[in-house]
Amino acid sequence: MNRDRLAQFFNRFPVNLAVILLCALWLLPTFGLFITSFRPQEAVNSTGWWTALASTRPGRGAYQQFCAECHGDSYNALPNADLTNPDLIGTFRRSLNLAATFNREYNGVIHIPEDKRPNPQETADILDHLRIVSGLQAPPAQFTIANYKDVLVGYDARGGTYDEACAADGATGTRTCDFLTDATAPNAVFRGMLNSFAVAVPSTIIPILIAGFAAYALSWMDFNGRRVMFALLVGLQIIPLQMVLVPIYRMYTDLGLNGTFLGVWLFHTGFGLPYAIYLIRNFVGRLPSELFESAYLDGANHFTVFRRIVLPLALPAIGALAIFQFLWIWNDLLVALIFLGNSAPVLTYQLSQMVDSLGGGWHRMTAAAFVSIIVPLIIFFAFQRFFVRGLLAGSVKG
Amino acid sequence: MRTPMIMRQGRWTPWLYLAPAIVILTIYVLYPALRTALFSFQNANSTALATVNCRAGEPCWGLLENYRQALSSQQGQVALRNTALWLLVIVPGTALLGLLFAVLTDRVSYEPLAKAIIFMPMAISFVGAAIIWRFVYNPDPNLGILNALVVALGGEPRAWLASPPPVNTLLLTIVGLWMWTGFTMTLLSAALKAIPTDIIEAARVDGANEWQLFVRIMLPLLAPTIAVVMTTMTINTLKMFDIVWVMKGIQTDVIATRMVSELYLNRNNGLASAYAVILIVLIIPVTIYNIRRFSAEEAEK
Repeated sequence: MNRDRLAQFFNRFPVNLAVILLCALWLLPTFGLFITSFRPQEAVNSTGWWTALASTRPGRGAYQQFCAECHGDSYNALPNADLTNPDLIGTFRRSLNLAATFNREYNGVIHIPEDKRPNPQETADILDHLRIVSGLQAPPAQFTIANYKDVLVGYDARGGTYDEACAADGATGTRTCDFLTDATAPNAVFRGMLNSFAVAVPSTIIPILIAGFAAYALSWMDFNGRRVMFALLVGLQIIPLQMVLVPIYRMYTDLGLNGTFLGVWLFHTGFGLPYAIYLIRNFVGRLPSELFESAYLDGANHFTVFRRIVLPLALPAIGALAIFQFLWIWNDLLVALIFLGNSAPVLTYQLSQMVDSLGGGWHRMTAAAFVSIIVPLIIFFAFQRFFVRGLLAGSVKG
Repeated sequence: MRTPMIMRQGRWTPWLYLAPAIVILTIYVLYPALRTALFSFQNANSTALATVNCRAGEPCWGLLENYRQALSSQQGQVALRNTALWLLVIVPGTALLGLLFAVLTDRVSYEPLAKAIIFMPMAISFVGAAIIWRFVYNPDPNLGILNALVVALGGEPRAWLASPPPVNTLLLTIVGLWMWTGFTMTLLSAALKAIPTDIIEAARVDGANEWQLFVRIMLPLLAPTIAVVMTTMTINTLKMFDIVWVMKGIQTDVIATRMVSELYLNRNNGLASAYAVILIVLIIPVTIYNIRRFSAEEAEK
């Protein structure tokens, strides 16, 4: 069996190679964001994220080029010049001290002949490298979570981190140095995340509830105009969001609903409804009619049937719908930008603002971006089947 | 629909169940859509007809003045041209790539994993994707991997997003391809799996090679799904907003971003509404085609 599989793999080697390469290509951009978000600022600005995993520092290369021939790869090939010895390396306080030894003779040989000497930068790199090798200096941190801490509290000063600033100056201005207090300040990404949830959760529940009632009436009640109502309600899907922004923006200005959660919930409800009605009715309409007949004979009224039978049975459809609607709203920028803006910044809005101002540099922007995509990614991998189903059925959403 | 006879109810009960949906849809979709259509014939703050914007000696379309501006102003033309470019790249591009992935992943044992990887960008917000790709395109070869590659191959690093049109928009469409290919792949892969195996086996027995199998058997059977994929992607692309808004190139506007700029930055209701109407005029025929096709398929089942 195993051998068959292996043989199959190699028979289809070109196919496998193509799939693996394409998958790698698809992952690469997100992977770069992920790695960068964990790198310290100096590292992000001086070397590409793709070098972070190789952990090669410039000094290692220079050492290999100029010193390894005599001192060896393990730094201690010459017994009387053991470069792993901190006492020896400690005598070179600056790279000039190291450069001064190049002219000296050891055992009658010039340390490094003139035409093979490293330039000052390379000399400095070599000394840095040797200070780390001999244990005089800790290797620079390759990864950190400081970026995440910075963005969660909305710390965006040019240099340093939130922790460093708090250690140095303590609480100043709007900064209290109490993590939870700072993280709920208006420009903190943690607050943005809370706002995103505050927008997305009710905007998912309200339309599904309203659509549930409508879908039930449209499938299990007998009245004139049922087909027309269904076609009309579901047909509204074709109207794109852009088509209603202007009047609703004006209406909200008159009513004072701009910048309120209520306004956004109702807006998302309006735009979630047609598709929700369509999906739930398709599902509820296919339930066996005997179920309803027997319940009705037992004396149940419509509301009881709806609450006790239809809602529990429709859970798979509602689940797929809820995931789709939640992610659609979580990822939305347009509605949040126009109706909420600065008064309750959600994650996507904060991110677009960061891009505009390049606030805090790439090390923090990548961390903030990753905070915003982690929720969809968790939902995607946890409910992949639901997710794909909801998305496919939702391909005609307006 | 088979409503059992005994499930009769009061005359108003159904309307009670439908009322919240009807009220909200009227307030949030139907009425504002009609108002937008009206706004598009009015001036910037909707206090007078669009004809007041006409100036003597300049071309004027009277009531349709906003549409003239939308279609013939320099900004409007850039937006229309870029929207067309997006359609030209994304619609065939995602269909082809999706087909390629669907066919390729069908032949490997780790299909679910490979598909999850390709599909993953679909879960990410467009804003998140825009940041991911701004990073890829970064002018500094120590930050952007694209420039790092260019430098490694002996080239000069470039400020990609500041490229002259149409290169800048083409670079943005790559982000769109990256995001949407997973979607088209999933649709096409489902259709591919629905092809009965005996048809394929029969063709193999008759001596068809893999390529003939693909062109003669699979492609015709996939044609309806490819049509759905392409129409859906046409609608998605026409509505494209976030990627362009966040990537902020120079002259990369599409209709949807132009519209929001007019509404939000220039406070011009009339012109913004005209863009919205242009958008829906482009979208409606495609949507109707899509829904018809969809219901026809449902009926077949």
